Amino acid sequence: MNKSFIARNPSVLIFLSILALFTLVVTVLSEGFGVGVISTSFVKVLGKTLCLCLIAIAMDLIWGYAGILSLGHFAFFGLGGYMIGMWLMYERTRQIVVGSLSEGVLPPTPEEITAGIGNQIFGVVGSSEFPLVWAFADSLVLQLVFVLAVPGVLALVFGWLAFRSRVTGVYLSILTQAMTLGLSLYLFQNASGLRGNNGLSGLQNLPGVTAPQSVVSLWFFWASALALGLGYLLIAWVVSGKFGSVIRGIRDNEARVRFLGYSVETYKLAVFTLTACISGIAGALYYPQAGIINPAEVAPIASIYLAVWVAIGGRGRLYGAVIGAAFVSLVSSWFTGGQAPDVSLGFYTVKWVDWWLVLLGLSFVFVTLYAPNGIGGLIDLFKRKRKETDA
Amino acid sequence: MSTLLEVSGVTVSFDGFRAINNLSFQIADAELRAVIGPNGAGKTTFMDIVTGKTRPDAGHILWGEKSLSLIGMSEAKIAQAGIGRKFQKPTVFEEQTVQENLMMALRKDRAPLAVLFFKPSASDFARVQDLACEIGLSDALLRISGELSHGQKQWLEIGMSLAQEPKLLLVDEPAAGMTPAEREKTTAILVEAARTRAVVVVEHDMEFVRRLNCKVTVLHEGAVLAEGSLDHVTKNQDVIDVYLGR
Repeated sequence: MNKSFIARNPSVLIFLSILALFTLVVTVLSEGFGVGVISTSFVKVLGKTLCLCLIAIAMDLIWGYAGILSLGHFAFFGLGGYMIGMWLMYERTRQIVVGSLSEGVLPPTPEEITAGIGNQIFGVVGSSEFPLVWAFADSLVLQLVFVLAVPGVLALVFGWLAFRSRVTGVYLSILTQAMTLGLSLYLFQNASGLRGNNGLSGLQNLPGVTAPQSVVSLWFFWASALALGLGYLLIAWVVSGKFGSVIRGIRDNEARVRFLGYSVETYKLAVFTLTACISGIAGALYYPQAGIINPAEVAPIASIYLAVWVAIGGRGRLYGAVIGAAFVSLVSSWFTGGQAPDVSLGFYTVKWVDWWLVLLGLSFVFVTLYAPNGIGGLIDLFKRKRKETDA
Repeated sequence: MSTLLEVSGVTVSFDGFRAINNLSFQIADAELRAVIGPNGAGKTTFMDIVTGKTRPDAGHILWGEKSLSLIGMSEAKIAQAGIGRKFQKPTVFEEQTVQENLMMALRKDRAPLAVLFFKPSASDFARVQDLACEIGLSDALLRISGELSHGQKQWLEIGMSLAQEPKLLLVDEPAAGMTPAEREKTTAILVEAARTRAVVVVEHDMEFVRRLNCKVTVLHEGAVLAEGSLDHVTKNQDVIDVYLGR
């Protein structure tokens, strides 16, 4: 009964093996290190998909296990992206500015360099001054700390206020939507200091790295796979023991857990903050692969998509969240990327770019009504069948 | 015997309706008490107040030797102080096994980090096994509790309350919907539990109360109408008028 964590959860080992195998196959087929069957841009798509899977398992922890339907986790994802993006943009711009200024007769003064960087970065919003939020943008270490700390602190404050007032259910979902909408609107303003609707760009270029994108894309792909693997391991461990029992109890009957002597609010806050930090990491790995981040990324719809992925993949089972996020986001980019052939009905031509959302909406309704356990539920069905034939 | 819980002059209103009206109630260590009363007498509200779910408008609730005031404490803190509660409807965690349900209820550190790193020891498993024996579910430890019968779920919930090792256990209509045989077993579990702690049973069913064979408190319109042995209260004219005589 007291077996080790991995022995009690064979699906973790299976998942990690599949992930390792997938990483190996992509590497072998890539342009950077392999035979070149998979293009660099597709390696980036796959790497980004792994990051989406990471935020999806975080969503599964907060929604599928703890029963809190947060529709704001992309705010944390975006913040993670902004934090790493600031350093990437600052440092790369600094190198360019130093390079061009050193061609002059006199060596540039620090003031000249700062002014040059400011002009380069903030010229698009009609400014050259560094806003306060960029105070530590020159330090990779601090910006990496912020990747965790900024989403974490936001989640801690927001969660403390919401859970302490015992806001639950649909009201909490609406509050989280308001949070991500508020963040998005704030970032859209030039005064936010994060370049308004321009966002941060050129993030795919690592400062001081001369390796081609075909190689850099693989570094990020590996980092994303590693993060997903570790995240999966962490969350699977968190939900496997008594902590998992308690948060599933909170999902199913909050009052009962309270009268057992557990401080429900503290548990919710802990899970909310942990998942926010994981989302921040996922975002910090995603946006250097995307190359650009702007406030539209944290629009309310993004977090709703996240919930749809997890619902379609199957709540309360981590592999379900991974399947949902990978499947839906890849299919979605296939449909919206113009690769899907239009269907001509004679009197009307179905353009998938427009109709994909309708298809996604219908499949969400279908899953909610007829397959509440999603795609992951099929695996359960298969397992149960096998058990029955064994017995 | 010293007083374990002392409720004095407690009043609570919902939108002007006085659910509890200047109620006073005392219970000692290791006492079994039945609380009866017609619908709307305030039995469940009384439990809500003691367990911290509802905050009274006036009055005092003092707990234990140190006479700690329970008013304003959170439900979790009150539960940790030693008050267990069993709901009217069986509320167990239906997707989890009997063992997981009991393990979660076991008296241990409730802080999130302690729970995260908790590893059940052999003695914890033994304790869960003992509890399961007590409630007649020792063969069902690894079953998903949603599959249990109604009566078994009620026992499991009583077992979870006992696992908390409360000094006071509040039980809301434990016998509702049970077969005669199940009732008998429930009586035995509660009488046994009351040997080492105070147990308050809210019940509608007079036959069940008679079998508990304990002091009875009759509630009516949010206040205590009569108190004493079942025979004593059933002879009380007020009680006959409001409750039995209908």
